[in-house]
Amino acid sequence: MEAWQTFAYIAASILFITGLKMLGRAETAKRGNAVSAVGMLIAVVATLLAGGLDYTWILVGLVVGTSIGAIAARRVQMTEMPEMVALLNGSGGLASMLVGWAEYVRADGVVTFSAVAIVLTVLVGGLAASGSVIAFAKLSGRIDGKPFLFKGQKVLNAAILALALLAGLVVALDAALVGGVTGVTVAFGVVLILALVLGVLAVIPIGGADMPIVVSLLNSYSGVAAAMAGFVIDNNVLVVAGSLVGASGLILTTIMCKAMNRSLANVLFGGFGATVSAGGAAAQGEVKPLTPEDAYFILEAANSVVFVPGYGMAVAQAQHVVKELADQLTKNGAEVRHAIHPVAGRMPGHMNVLLAEANVPYEQLVEPEDVNPAMETVDVAIVIGANDVVNPAAKEDPSSPLWGMPIIEVDRARTCFVLKRSMNPGFSGVDNALFLKDNTRMIFGDAKATITAMVAAFKES
Amino acid sequence: MNPLLLFVFVLAIYLGLELITKVPSQLHTPLMSGSNAISGITIVGAIVASGESGLLATVLGTIAVTAATINVIGGYMVTNRMLGMFKTRKDA
Repeated sequence: MEAWQTFAYIAASILFITGLKMLGRAETAKRGNAVSAVGMLIAVVATLLAGGLDYTWILVGLVVGTSIGAIAARRVQMTEMPEMVALLNGSGGLASMLVGWAEYVRADGVVTFSAVAIVLTVLVGGLAASGSVIAFAKLSGRIDGKPFLFKGQKVLNAAILALALLAGLVVALDAALVGGVTGVTVAFGVVLILALVLGVLAVIPIGGADMPIVVSLLNSYSGVAAAMAGFVIDNNVLVVAGSLVGASGLILTTIMCKAMNRSLANVLFGGFGATVSAGGAAAQGEVKPLTPEDAYFILEAANSVVFVPGYGMAVAQAQHVVKELADQLTKNGAEVRHAIHPVAGRMPGHMNVLLAEANVPYEQLVEPEDVNPAMETVDVAIVIGANDVVNPAAKEDPSSPLWGMPIIEVDRARTCFVLKRSMNPGFSGVDNALFLKDNTRMIFGDAKATITAMVAAFKES
Repeated sequence: MNPLLLFVFVLAIYLGLELITKVPSQLHTPLMSGSNAISGITIVGAIVASGESGLLATVLGTIAVTAATINVIGGYMVTNRMLGMFKTRKDA
């Protein structure tokens, strides 16, 4: 590698580090993204100028990829962001897998260390690619979002992983001894196929409510795959950038797990919700329905209102009418806040993105620990399509699968409105005692239509 | 193959873990899509593979360049679009 190219890669690495750091703070996030994009541009240009390359097919790939990426980024609805992130993860994982494959094809008699790197690149990249496709299919409703479980699932997954590693070992050892033999080629093919199979098997047992964890974990994998590809082509910038992404994905995954009070192993192997319907004491009380018109009279008198959005708000595309209702309440003299649970929705930060799209000011967004201590002073808590994150069983019922999960304690508010289509339990399949509490009023119907009716009542008055 | 890369790998992971400790929840999605765009750095490997001789390597490399470019361009653009929507009361 030429000296100038090394310098270019160092510059790119520094820009990635700086950009990622800036991306973690609200004031600098937008510039941070631009800084890291400049790093990427430098890395790509330095690679293209290295010489000895035939540009024809590179250009084809760059043009096609840019068109698809740009159109998708412009057109995607904010409610579809989880699917978009899953697909982007998938394409990164796929690219790393193919780089590993191409290097395997090119390398005759690779030394063991490179062969190990190639196997790991293909394994992690393939897993990230097919796992992301399944995550996308679940998120977009193309396949059922419920956990898919069968007997001996864990044993099967472990066996397939062991088989893949064994085949990888054959590739690595044989390559060191003899180089491209038919047996090695077969073993490599086995690694390739099993990596894709593993990605599918790893994601199908995970239920809809656990999707934020899976999406951030797949993000981590696609970074690790890129770092492994860096070992394959002996390139520092891939190792640095890939590791950074791997680490940041891992941090997000940990934050998500903490927000659910569950271990990563429990999420990955749990099949949460599929087996729990028997657990938990039956809740006592009766359902008290309310019409949007009656809800208006309670809201009109409220001084403090907290919105608690969940995945149902995204499904109903209700974020804009929520903002309208919040404006009406503010105009009426009430203090309005939006309490967002870290795992509400289908990806980390899902609700924040939707409310930002609707122009809800940043200052109105609060985290559970900000509202919980003074929940008694809240006149109305409006739960919109959220379920598990407000389920009081998390602190009242030790036999509940949700036990110990930090929740937004809306049951302690003076009045709690729950906007919901029906009495069906949430994605976890756990009954919610909140719906039967004395201070809870159920407002059935489409969340968007319900809130629109409330806004109309405010405007008429 | 350069075992020194292992040293770089471990240090970079450590740096990454130290770099992003406390992230406010409104930045979770942009952090994810923005870091996701960085993982598109594999485009460098894809370019090398696609530009070298050999039919299969070129085919694999070209598909890899396409996928990595989608990752990079889509990731940066969609992150930028999202962050553009985050407003404080001052700019609103």
